[in-house]
Amino acid sequence: MSRLVVGPFNRVEGDLEVALDVADGRVRSAEVSASLYRGFENLLLGRDPLDALVLVPRICGICSVSQSAAAAAALAAAAGLEMPANGRLAQNLIHACENLADHLTHFYCFFMPDFARDAYAAEPWHAGVAERFRAQRGSALADWLPARTDFLRTLGYLAGKWPHTLALQPGGTTRAITATEQVRLAAVLREFREFLETTLFADRLENVAALASADALFAWAETRGDADFARFVRLAAGLGLDRTGRAADRFLAVGAYAGAGEKGSALFPAGVREGAAGAIAAFDPAAVAEDASHAWFAGDAPLPPARGETRPLADPAAKAAAYSWCKAPRYAGRVVETGALARQLLAGQPLAVDLVATRGGSVLARIAARMVEVARVLPAMESWLRAIVPGEPFCAEWQAPQSAQGVGLVEAARGALGHWLTIERGRIAGYQIVAPTTWNFSPRDAAGQPGALEQALAGLPVADGDKAPAIVQHVVRSFDPCMVCTVH
Amino acid sequence: MKLLWLQASGCGGCTQSLLGAESRRGVFARLAGAGVEVLFHPAVSEASGADALALLADAADGRLEFDALCVEGALLRGPNGSGRFHVLAGSGVPMIDWVRRLAARARHVLAIGSCTAFGGISAGGDNPTEACGLQFDGAEPGGLLGAGFRAGGGLPVINVAGCPAHADWIVDTLMALAGGAFSATDLDALQRPRFYAEQLVHHGCPKNEFYEFKASAQKPSDLGCLMENLGCKGTQAHADCNVRPWYGVGSCIRGGFSCIACTEPGFEEPGHPFMETPKVAGIPIGLPLDMPKAWFVALAALSKSATPKRVRDAATADQPAMLPSIRKGPRK
Repeated sequence: MSRLVVGPFNRVEGDLEVALDVADGRVRSAEVSASLYRGFENLLLGRDPLDALVLVPRICGICSVSQSAAAAAALAAAAGLEMPANGRLAQNLIHACENLADHLTHFYCFFMPDFARDAYAAEPWHAGVAERFRAQRGSALADWLPARTDFLRTLGYLAGKWPHTLALQPGGTTRAITATEQVRLAAVLREFREFLETTLFADRLENVAALASADALFAWAETRGDADFARFVRLAAGLGLDRTGRAADRFLAVGAYAGAGEKGSALFPAGVREGAAGAIAAFDPAAVAEDASHAWFAGDAPLPPARGETRPLADPAAKAAAYSWCKAPRYAGRVVETGALARQLLAGQPLAVDLVATRGGSVLARIAARMVEVARVLPAMESWLRAIVPGEPFCAEWQAPQSAQGVGLVEAARGALGHWLTIERGRIAGYQIVAPTTWNFSPRDAAGQPGALEQALAGLPVADGDKAPAIVQHVVRSFDPCMVCTVH
Repeated sequence: MKLLWLQASGCGGCTQSLLGAESRRGVFARLAGAGVEVLFHPAVSEASGADALALLADAADGRLEFDALCVEGALLRGPNGSGRFHVLAGSGVPMIDWVRRLAARARHVLAIGSCTAFGGISAGGDNPTEACGLQFDGAEPGGLLGAGFRAGGGLPVINVAGCPAHADWIVDTLMALAGGAFSATDLDALQRPRFYAEQLVHHGCPKNEFYEFKASAQKPSDLGCLMENLGCKGTQAHADCNVRPWYGVGSCIRGGFSCIACTEPGFEEPGHPFMETPKVAGIPIGLPLDMPKAWFVALAALSKSATPKRVRDAATADQPAMLPSIRKGPRK
């Protein structure tokens, strides 16, 4: 058996190391390590509750709004506060803009460049894919980056700047847009739709959102020429990426875009589901516990976040079993996967359901779920924008409670994010964060269960002497990890 | 100009900001056009794992020529000075050691963002990770590289401070360096590029009329000036955010929330809740820079008494109720 250490793992947000034990040409087991500790949970203690809105976005430059939204939701829950309709619509627009930009930044900047590697030079598709997706130089960046900047105007209008806005408040948003700004925002969304419908899909968003099976997806990709997502689907089918990278196949979501679904529910529901055949169980925040048995923290017993603690070890080497600054969150003691695939599976989107039912979670399923989500969310954004009534309020007044607890649950691009807040005597007395990649990239727990990525890596083929197996790159990046959130 | 970029203890937000630079073909094309070649950037380079480590080792040992080192994120010296809170993945070596070695070989060293310049948000509270900037620890010179550090080109660390830094602050600094158009006189006392740091956030503030009349917001989403009650430091913070908008349209204050002075050392510990203005006898403690306190108090009292009803009413609403009057009616 040989050990292969892969790091620094580029084109993920933050610092990541993956150690693989390889035997007989296969990964026998994997250890996923977050090699940076940041300590935000402790920075928050003793502060004014509203200061969380300044600090938590700065955990992460790519899911900054998700962190804001979770903090605002936790504060609102603690205060029992409801926000006016315009505030909810504006928060959802702001959050959706970040999430969609993240999905596509992941696709164009982080994920696709691996197919331009020389390792694939013998593939018939390589020359075209390399021209299009080569890191830093591919022609796709010249299309995507300006489209992204234009789309981020949504945040310029509604949130002032990005990342690290203070526009999301417990009571709504700080920026009441005018009727003329509503018209301009409609143009921003319209032009982004044009980008998606020409460059990414070569098809109407509604047709992509309606893709109903793996077979339909493969057939669709054959008819879409050089559209970027279609290119990926074709090469992924050829490489078998629809059957690569399966993790625990237990999926968790906490609900995305509050109030945007039927009868005031979330647009994409919360829930927990085993594969595609299992029943959907309700998500119970009380079933979440974080285990630090294999992390460089003191305290081995799993703790619910409401009573959680973060005590980094002054001498990490002294804890032999530990190999990461990431704790191991578990749901009812089990490993779960979170992200766009979980959201779309739990929302019953037929392509996501079929991919998981026929093949289990995979590299292709995770990417396809993101793209289907893009195709579903932009039309929702268009409807939210139309529903804003200029002149009506955007923000409810509030008073921070002196003593209270609140949980804020939102869906970042890369999955479920929870903030558990305790206020005592008007100050933050407890703050625990469980981030999406903490779920997906967790180390082992006390029972020895490997985390979701660790499971997805086991069994992958690794050629003798290959120091950077492409297949490992694809599987790791298919989760769209955010390590800086992980090690908050 | 060949560029290496490292990410230390930060959020990656300055890179996300950089990717949003206004440019017809994207920021990399713009940089390439100005002669900036990105040899390595952890968020965008193809090289990963062993390839990336080999590249960094070659640069640190002098086998690979490069010109500029950009570091994004605070430098973690903890626990107990060991630097083990951030070990560069795959290398087993603390990031602070990589940074020291690479900085010693660079012609230019840039601190991207306030974490890298001063410690920033990572150094908040009692600074449990022993975070500092490249050449400052808060407002104190020193930091990881020491106050006496000079890069090969003769300049100290260039502090592109901001949380995050505006894309253009980074791009314009790099383009000026690549074009040989950047010298020591282009830095302010905190080593920030003067082209954006010699202005105040207050310049071009969209709430200026409310400021003039001291017509103040009371709560989030109010249109009024944010200085008196909601903690805004725009009159004290150095940056050109309100004349160089984000994504062509935004800024913190345009977004309806206070400037928290994120380009300044120590902004992370203001000594009061961020969104409240500390006052003594009803007068904000943090007054506009370069203005005698007595004058400010006198002018504030006068302007408050002269506030037009239109401005006073709008200050505590999220939409103006009354339009500016029209001097002349339709031609008869």
